[in-house]
Formats: sequence, C-alpha cells, structure tokens
Amino acid sequence: MSTDLNLVLVMLANLAMLGSSRLSACIRLSAAQGILLSLLPLQLELAEHKLAPRLALFALTILVLKGVVFPALLMRTLRTADVRHEVVPMVGYVSSLIFGVIVLCFSFWVSSRLILPHPAPSPLVLPLALSTILIGLFLIISRKTALMQVVGYLVLENGIFIFGVALANKTPLLVEMGVLLDVFVAVFVMGIAIFHINREFDHIDVNQLTSLKD
Amino acid sequence: MEVATLLPLAVTLIMSPLLLGVINRTKAMVGGRKGPPLLQPYYDLIKLLGKGAVYSRTTTWVFRAGPIVSLAGCVLAATLVPLGGCESLIKFHGDLILLAYLLGLGRLCTVLAALDTGSPFEGMGASREAMFSALAESAFLLGLAALARNTGATSLTQMHAALADGAWSVSGLTLALVTVALLVVFLAENSRIPVDDPNTHLELTMIHEVMVLDHGGPDFAFILYGASIKLWVLGALIINLVLAPSAGESVADLGVALAGMLILAVLVGLIESTMARLRMPRVPQLLVGATALSGLALVLEFGGIGK
Repeated sequence: MSTDLNLVLVMLANLAMLGSSRLSACIRLSAAQGILLSLLPLQLELAEHKLAPRLALFALTILVLKGVVFPALLMRTLRTADVRHEVVPMVGYVSSLIFGVIVLCFSFWVSSRLILPHPAPSPLVLPLALSTILIGLFLIISRKTALMQVVGYLVLENGIFIFGVALANKTPLLVEMGVLLDVFVAVFVMGIAIFHINREFDHIDVNQLTSLKD
Repeated sequence: MEVATLLPLAVTLIMSPLLLGVINRTKAMVGGRKGPPLLQPYYDLIKLLGKGAVYSRTTTWVFRAGPIVSLAGCVLAATLVPLGGCESLIKFHGDLILLAYLLGLGRLCTVLAALDTGSPFEGMGASREAMFSALAESAFLLGLAALARNTGATSLTQMHAALADGAWSVSGLTLALVTVALLVVFLAENSRIPVDDPNTHLELTMIHEVMVLDHGGPDFAFILYGASIKLWVLGALIINLVLAPSAGESVADLGVALAGMLILAVLVGLIESTMARLRMPRVPQLLVGATALSGLALVLEFGGIGK
C-alpha cells in the first residue's frame, strides 16, 4: 500500500466524518484513520529500505492508542451518555461536505506556496495534513454534541501527526511520545468530563451548557 | 464512413432495453421469483407504440414535445459515447460537455412536460428531479473533468483511447474515485434504488415515475426507450473507464464491453435487491458525497499524484 493511497483513505475518512450524523460511525472512522496513520511512518521508512526497531515500536504505540484505546474510551462514553446521533449540527452535513472539498482545494493552494526545509516525501502529504487539521477544527466548531467535538480534536491531532511524521521525520521519539501522552490525557479527561456533563444535565449538547444550574 | 463507427450506436439502440430486462431478472432471481422474460422491455415498447395517446385538454405542445425531445437528446448522446475498441460516431474537442447537457436537455423537457400537466403530484416530482439532477450534474462534470485532466484529452473517444495505455496502473487511485462517483451518478440519473425506486407507484416517494404519469401510448414508449438509452450511455461511460480496451481488436473489445454492460446490469440488480431507498433528505447527502469524491479526484490530479 503506497503512501498516497494511505493519505487518500485518510482524506476519505475525513469526508465521511463530515457527512455522517452517527456518532458511533464517526468514532469508528477516527479509529480507522488512526490505524492508517500508524502505517504512515513505516511506509515512509520502508520507501528508504530501512526499518529501525524504534520506529516499529512507535508505530505500534500509535496503532494501539489511536486505533484501539481512544475509540474504546469514546465508545464507552457514548454508551453511558446514550446519544446516537448528532441531531442538528451548526452546519448541515451537505454544507460540511462542500466545505471539506473547499478546504482541500485551499490546502493544495497554501501548500504550493509554502517553502519546506526538506522536500516532502509525496506531493500529497502537506495538503492532506493541512486539510485534516482544518477539518478537525471545523468538526469542533460545527458540531453540538461534546463527543463529536472530541472526535474533531482527534482528527485535528491526526493532521498534526501527518505533518510531523512526514515533514519532520527526524523528530525525536521523546517529543512524539510527549504529544501522544498529551492527547491521551486530553481524551481521557474529556471522556470523563462528558460523562459528568451527561449525568448532570442529561444531555451533551454544548449549546445548552451556558444555562448553568445551581 | 467505416461500419465500425456505426457499431456502438447500433448496439446502443438495439440492446439498451435488454439492460432493463437483465436488471429486472436479477432482482426477481434474488427475490426468489421467476421474473418477467428478459425481452419484456421490448414487448412493452412494441405494445405501447401500437396504442393511441390521450392528451388532457389543459396540456399544450410542451407536453407533447417532452418525450420526443428527451428521446432525441438521449439518441444524440449515444452518438458521442465510444464503446469497447470502437470510436464514437461523432467526436470533437469538448464533446463530454455536450454529452452532459444533451442529457440535461432531455431532462429539462421531461420536467417541463410534467409541469405542463398542472398536476400537483407531477409538479412535486419535477421539482425533485430538478434538484437531484442539479446535484448529480456537478458530480458528473467534476468526474469527467478529472478524467480529462488525467488523460489530457477533452473528447470522450480520445479519453477512452488514452485510458487504454495503462492509466490504471499509473493513477488508479483517482480513477477509482471517479468510478465510484460515476456509479452514484449512474444510479441517481437513471432513478435506480438508493435514490429512487423504479417500481414504486406511491406518489409521495417517486421522483421519475411521477413525472411521466400522464404520458401514454407512443409518448410513454419514447420515455421508456429514452430512459433505457440513458441507462446504456451512462453505463457505457463507467464500463469504458473500468474496462479500458486491451485486445487492440475492436470487435473483441466490443464483446468485452458488452459483457461488462451486462455485468453492470446484474450489479445494479444486486444493489437494488440489497439496499433500501434512501430517505428524501439523505439523497442530497449521497449526491454531494459523490461530488466530493469527484472533486477529490480532480484536486488530486491537479496536485500531481502519481505523475
């Protein structure tokens, strides 16, 4: 499987998340995205015909965290919160999909203007990293259920990950691990917070969180 | 003029109703029924052509022109599409845009004829058809644009020839995206199941069928025949894309393409048997999704993937 195919599949997962109203489908898509991303560093290294054990360990950690642990945490929160659909998002699904395509075009335009220290391994890396980041941000601001915003945060982080792995491939393992730990803690804390919000307010609609109860 | 250039058109005109027969037979077999004969669409056409037509007094010439113009548009569209190793009858730079709008012209006339009857049901069907086809058109044109960018040709015949020299191994990714988008457009434009149910006669859920309720006799035959040619033309685009000619001998390639068309019909039958029709508000989502796939393919082509 080539890097390009992997990146296009990541983008397709982004578009599917923009167009899907089912929270469980979005969580599964983010898990699939995490698994695809864990293959990315391996693919980039194999293209240069070398594979360090350090990198294999790193890929395995990503696979377990993004492909298994985060989705499992979110699924557990989903079950306890008893919400299945994003009912009325701020921006509709059709408009979100159109926005996704516009963001993609914009990212291609921006990345044609950026000057990189090292040449990118594939012409798709930079634009797809940028559009994944932007789509993650968009998911955070356009969806009302708190769980969907966590998924958006994960997508955003996935974009940053593509950026880091592909463009700064000499990033020390320690930095990557630090970032992963941050994300892990964030998802963990958000999962617990959503659980408490749900118990307190009987919903996880962030629009109604401004009306505080005693 | 060579005989070979007339071949795709002749095959289209003769064999297109057979596709409907194959789809219906597949659906019947999956459903455990015997189903109508494969040639039933032909019998229907012959029966309808032998009948007289009844026109409502509220209708005008627009109503009578609708079926004729839409059939003419579909036949003209069929002259533009190559099949197998054969070139199309008419080819020039940019004929893919003419193809899209010949089909669009036929649809416009069907919509106008439906509105001309003044029936509220037909008006509803017409508005749905206009909305969904407007969404499908963007997916269709963006997909064709991605193909044009990929092959560097703006004529369907040249595109077809360029696809034959191993385009799938170089840029299979974008071609696969375009194929999926075209398949969705194919199902939507021909009012097949995820978008519309060709068998339903419940007005509230119909799109295409509701527009042609008031047509009868030869007019209805024209509509059915035009619809089957449209099915063939859009299917041929997909088959040309997936099964690019390889044998180099036009007759053998034509055979492969015809087999591909029949397989496509079986595939449509299977899709119709296994899927439910989408709710009306979900249909735009599907079509915009197809547009997004086409757009992604086009952007990837411009982004220089696989080059």
